Amino acid sequence: MATVFFIVVAFMIATYVVLDGFDLGVGALHRILGRTDPERDEATSLIGPIWDGNEVWLIAGGGVLFLAFPKAYAAAFSGLYFGLILVLWLLIGRGLGIEMRHQIDHPLWRAAWDTVFWLSSAALAFVFGVALGNVVRGVPLGPDGYFHLTLFHILNWYALMIGLFGLVVLSAHGAHFLAWRATAPLANRARSWARGLWCGEVLLILGCAWPTYSVRSTMVTSFGDHPWRLVFPILALGALAAEFAWQRAGRWSRAFLASCAFIVGLLTTMAAGLYPYILPAHEHRPYGLTVDNAATGHHALAVAIVWWSIAIALAIVYFTVVYRLFFRQRPARA
Amino acid sequence: MSSHVTVDRLQFALTVTFHYLFPILTMGLALFLAYLKSVAYLGGEHRRLALLRKTAEERETYDRAADFWAKVFAVNFAVGVVTGVVMEFQFGTNWAQFSNFSGGVIGQTLAMEGTFAFFAESAFIGAFIAGRQRLGPRMHWIAALMVFTGSWVSGFFIIVTNAWMQHPVAYVIHGGRAQLQSFWGLLGNPWVFWQYAHNMSGAVITGAFVLAGLGALYTLLGRHPEFSRICLTAGVVGALIFSTLQIFPTGDQHARRVARYQPSAFAAMEGLFPTARGAPLVIIGNPDTQRRRLESSIEMPHFLSFLTSHRWNATVKGLNDIPTSQWPDSVPLVYYAYHIMVGLGTILWVMALIGVLLLWRGRLFRSRRMMWALLLAWPFTYIANIAGWTVAETGRQPWIAFHLQRTAAGASPPGSVPAGTGIFSLLGFMGLYLLILILYVVLTLRIVARGPQEGGPPAETAPPRVATTAS
Repeated sequence: MATVFFIVVAFMIATYVVLDGFDLGVGALHRILGRTDPERDEATSLIGPIWDGNEVWLIAGGGVLFLAFPKAYAAAFSGLYFGLILVLWLLIGRGLGIEMRHQIDHPLWRAAWDTVFWLSSAALAFVFGVALGNVVRGVPLGPDGYFHLTLFHILNWYALMIGLFGLVVLSAHGAHFLAWRATAPLANRARSWARGLWCGEVLLILGCAWPTYSVRSTMVTSFGDHPWRLVFPILALGALAAEFAWQRAGRWSRAFLASCAFIVGLLTTMAAGLYPYILPAHEHRPYGLTVDNAATGHHALAVAIVWWSIAIALAIVYFTVVYRLFFRQRPARA
Repeated sequence: MSSHVTVDRLQFALTVTFHYLFPILTMGLALFLAYLKSVAYLGGEHRRLALLRKTAEERETYDRAADFWAKVFAVNFAVGVVTGVVMEFQFGTNWAQFSNFSGGVIGQTLAMEGTFAFFAESAFIGAFIAGRQRLGPRMHWIAALMVFTGSWVSGFFIIVTNAWMQHPVAYVIHGGRAQLQSFWGLLGNPWVFWQYAHNMSGAVITGAFVLAGLGALYTLLGRHPEFSRICLTAGVVGALIFSTLQIFPTGDQHARRVARYQPSAFAAMEGLFPTARGAPLVIIGNPDTQRRRLESSIEMPHFLSFLTSHRWNATVKGLNDIPTSQWPDSVPLVYYAYHIMVGLGTILWVMALIGVLLLWRGRLFRSRRMMWALLLAWPFTYIANIAGWTVAETGRQPWIAFHLQRTAAGASPPGSVPAGTGIFSLLGFMGLYLLILILYVVLTLRIVARGPQEGGPPAETAPPRVATTAS
């Protein structure tokens, strides 16, 4: 049952990163791609009605993590205190940036909030990468199940590298979204950025492979022990190839879907490599939190899987209704 | 109590109080938005129900009133969202030991809030704010109802979570952690129903007084007469209904639950030191915890016994019979917050009653004195709501989960989150929230200064230039 919830949490985090990932990516490129006020206006209005719904996947995912693995929730959030507080502040900044910009009709006001939106989105994409990097690297969990990392230990070289990876992947995701949804000239600029960022994704995937093996060898060897898990990295690499092919073909809606699949592939690869750990300790420390020692009782999980299925089915209905509402009109062709 | 716990408590108190200012109005206003939209959409000239018997023009006015309040709602909702994310994550950051201990139980309801309420709310708020031109009248009405439902369901799961902290049920302790034993037992916690009813009714009172307050402002300024009438009527009638429900039965019943399950909190609320048969109800007085007595008090004999158990000579347990280690750590705070809440509740009920009487006599819109009173009343509904939560949260002390875990034992271990770290983030939140508050006030005042769209042909059909959740 705990394993089921490991999958549930991974699913919710992956959905969050896919959905809010393009909001963050659009934000991270906001003042780079949007050179004029109407262009930035277009970019924000494309994600405006849906970003809040996308962010809910983070809150709901956090709730499910709290419910199923309270010990991991407690340890990770208190141990990475500064990282979490930073995420909260940046989420506030991002939300305010997008909601405030059109409250007052003045170019300076809008430019100011555009900058807030841009910088907080980019920083969030980076900090999420840093957080994942720390989880992969392992944290100095003690026998009491807690740990403490100062801000500068959170920002270790491996985590910074994964942070950069996160920024590049989500920027590429956002660029693909704009390439698909926006109109010229914004879409054209997004397309050339999407192509460039694809190269960045390839370089960083190559660049991160060896360091990942060196900080946590099981991230790689677990695939040798359980070959079926190789479907996840294969999904990621296949999606990356498809992204390239569809970019060349100018099929941007499909290239965006490939980018979604790439993100899912990356995160599931990471989850498969970590399993059964949720929050591993530094290598050679015995106190890592696994699905078994961090999970709550059986009854709670058995009940939760029932209502969770109902709630997610409802959420999918709501999201379908609303996405159809806002994506009904085909974008004008460039 | 160690300093890191104090800092964690201060930060939680600041962030939750600031956050809750916004859901009060979100939940209260959502009910009125659903009402306005329902009249506009379902109304007709030959409807049997008098509330819905409206001409096409009147319905257009209702729609425009809803459009106006939707703007206020949007800004309010956005601030509620950005400050609300903080709350869930703070359980993990600052209250790690409590999260570890109780996550198996309250994680359940927090996750349900996210999956059942927030998905609905967030998906439909975007649609609702995008407006009826873009959605069509039917879908816009449904979106308003979904936003209302989402916000009230969200409130329900938060109350279930809080109710478990107030009165833990349906758990077993296993390996030093609370685990859920019965899901329906958790949702059916005897604490839940009346606390929820009392809380939601409090939110509607705020919504009602805000509605009436703005109607009063425009009436005093001589602007937007039709809009003001709708707001004033719905406001005072709603205020009377819900401020009555606030006292009886919800306040009465909830107080009886407190008396039964948290005698320490109840004795502190009432400032009752010696256990008494036929205990008096204190109207005014100052608790002196050193000498364990109430100074300069005015009391109504036997009333407290009657209110708690409907028997004039029932015994009510006083603080003297409770060990001081189990007293709330500030008895005066609990006492005064409770009396402020009750006092304001009573005054607001009287105001609502006068408002409805004037409305009935057809003099409400002409009474400048009443307009002034309504204009100045709404901030006090916020104070009453916050005071009520202060009673609930400080009355529960020194426990974070009543008689299960002490607050000091629930904070993150000082090794993970030292006091200095907490002070840093507390200061950061103070600065950030000050900025948010200024933005909120400025933007809301701008909406108020512009006012609702005036009469004339139905609203222009141009879709909004940008359509984000707060356009």
